Amino acid sequence: MMSGSDGAIVQFDNVGLRYGADAEVLSDVSFTLFPGSFYFLTGASGAGKTSLLRLLYLAQRPTRGVVRMFGTDTITVPRGHLPGFRRRIGVVFQDFRLVPHLSVSDNVALPLRISGVAEADIRKPVADMLAWVGLDQRAGAFPATLSGGEQQRVAIARAVIARPEVLVADEPTGNVDPDMALKLLRLFEALNRLGTTVVVATHDVHLLQKVPDSLIMRLDRGRLSDPTGALRYPPRRDPAVL
Amino acid sequence: MGTRFAIPPETDTVSGKARSSASPRIGERSSGLIQQARLSGPMPWVIAIMTALTVIATAAGLSLANLAENARSEIAGGLTVQIVEGAPMERDRQAELAVTLLEERADIARVRRVPDAELHALLAPWLGSEVGSGDDAIPTPALIDVQLVGDVTGASLAELRESLANSVPAARVDAQAGWLGPVFAAISSLQWLAIVLVLLLAATSAAAVWLAARSALGSNRDTIEIVHLLGGNDRQIAGIFQRSIAMDAVIGGGIGLLLGLVAIVLLGRQFARLGSGMVAGGGLGPADWLYLALVPVLAVVLAVLTARVTVLSALRRML
Ligand SMILES: Nc1ncnc2c1ncn2[C@@H]1O[C@H](COP(=O)(O)OP(=O)(O)O)[C@@H](O)[C@H]1O
Ligand SMILES: [Mg+2]
Repeated sequence: MMSGSDGAIVQFDNVGLRYGADAEVLSDVSFTLFPGSFYFLTGASGAGKTSLLRLLYLAQRPTRGVVRMFGTDTITVPRGHLPGFRRRIGVVFQDFRLVPHLSVSDNVALPLRISGVAEADIRKPVADMLAWVGLDQRAGAFPATLSGGEQQRVAIARAVIARPEVLVADEPTGNVDPDMALKLLRLFEALNRLGTTVVVATHDVHLLQKVPDSLIMRLDRGRLSDPTGALRYPPRRDPAVL
Repeated sequence: MGTRFAIPPETDTVSGKARSSASPRIGERSSGLIQQARLSGPMPWVIAIMTALTVIATAAGLSLANLAENARSEIAGGLTVQIVEGAPMERDRQAELAVTLLEERADIARVRRVPDAELHALLAPWLGSEVGSGDDAIPTPALIDVQLVGDVTGASLAELRESLANSVPAARVDAQAGWLGPVFAAISSLQWLAIVLVLLLAATSAAAVWLAARSALGSNRDTIEIVHLLGGNDRQIAGIFQRSIAMDAVIGGGIGLLLGLVAIVLLGRQFARLGSGMVAGGGLGPADWLYLALVPVLAVVLAVLTARVTVLSALRRML
């Protein structure tokens, strides 16, 4: 695999994004994410967190700049290669994006089915994952019958079921009480310890202190600042740890 | 609520398989990804009606073509020479002479004088059984049936008339196709009508299928985007839609073909009961039934292609 900044899993270079003819919502965004790290992306509502994450999970192309994922420039790579990259990224969407006419377990199984995992190899991981997020009793339920917090946990289970290399979560604790928020954070940490690079966007500053080794990126009206030095002094972890 | 914080070991075994960018079908339950209206929705019924109408119009066109073709090949090279002469002796002499002259020609395949008895039998219903016998007999012309080697043309007709004119002054030469001309013209108009109808129905069916595929896409746009963002590729997503719409089209096309065939068979029986030789020539051959069976197949192909093009063009607008 070709690599940009040695060992980087994500690299943004002078990225700018505007919607239509409006002013830029992201300007001169440059940063590097390293495998196995835990990042918070924080900033006021409207600062551009969701926009940045959309670039990160390849839902959107930047207006300018370079976005490298897994050592590959995603701007110039043929469009047909992008699904392969997306399968390496787990996403918890801010609005969950559950498929309304699929049951909880079918929603969670979706990434495995897309990747072509045999049906026989799907049942158990899905059951285990649902137990893991405490929804094993609701496996057959449809999203509309779930509470906001339950839907959020389904979305999280779906994001991590295929053990992605990068987990992107957009306000994943926005709909749950503080206790559940903490539990979900512990869940992300557990995944992080297994080698997944985690990026959690949140406007809740209390959450930041709850993960000791986390690095913080702050967005302020589309520009990135660096309170923990995560961008200036990125952690150099040995990729072999993965 | 029983949340444990250990990663289930099984997810580890799955991860190794979940990395390819290949495009497997999304499992046998994939069709569940799309909200199915199936038979309760309009799609199969629209296709059924369109297929039935197209099958009937196609059958009409084909049987008209057969009708015209049969009639034409029977009479295409056919000529009738009448000897219109009141005196029986002279009539017979000129008829014999005409037969001899005609038989000498290379461009004539067959010459047959219709025997007077046969002629009288033909005319009896109109003129009574006394026709042609006795002194007060109504004079009837002698009839000679001529089959040319090729088709009758204006030139061959004129040339024949001229060659008979001197020695057989009472001869009148007519192409058999001549009196059928208006019938052929009518059949030909009907054929064009059938062709235009089939084309219009095909265009309407295409539009209906296109609209149905578009609306199915619209109501599943979110699902498409989710599968897209989870790493589903264009071929997988288009495949889900194609299979779903193909199912609808197969059901609709099958019902439509059945309805169309029932209508054709019932109509065919009624025409057969007319007992007319001309209508009998309008039956459908094995190849024609094959064409009719192709109609629903084309409907399915059209539906699937429309779904594919629509979905792919929507996906191209996403990154
Ligand atoms: N699809 C879009 N079209 C136009 N403007 C958008 C779109 N999405 C977001 N924006 C604008 O971009 C800015 C950043 O939004 P967003 O990335 O959602 O911020 P955050 O997630 O930090 O709240 C906001 O001003 C928002 O109105
Ligand atoms: Mg947001």
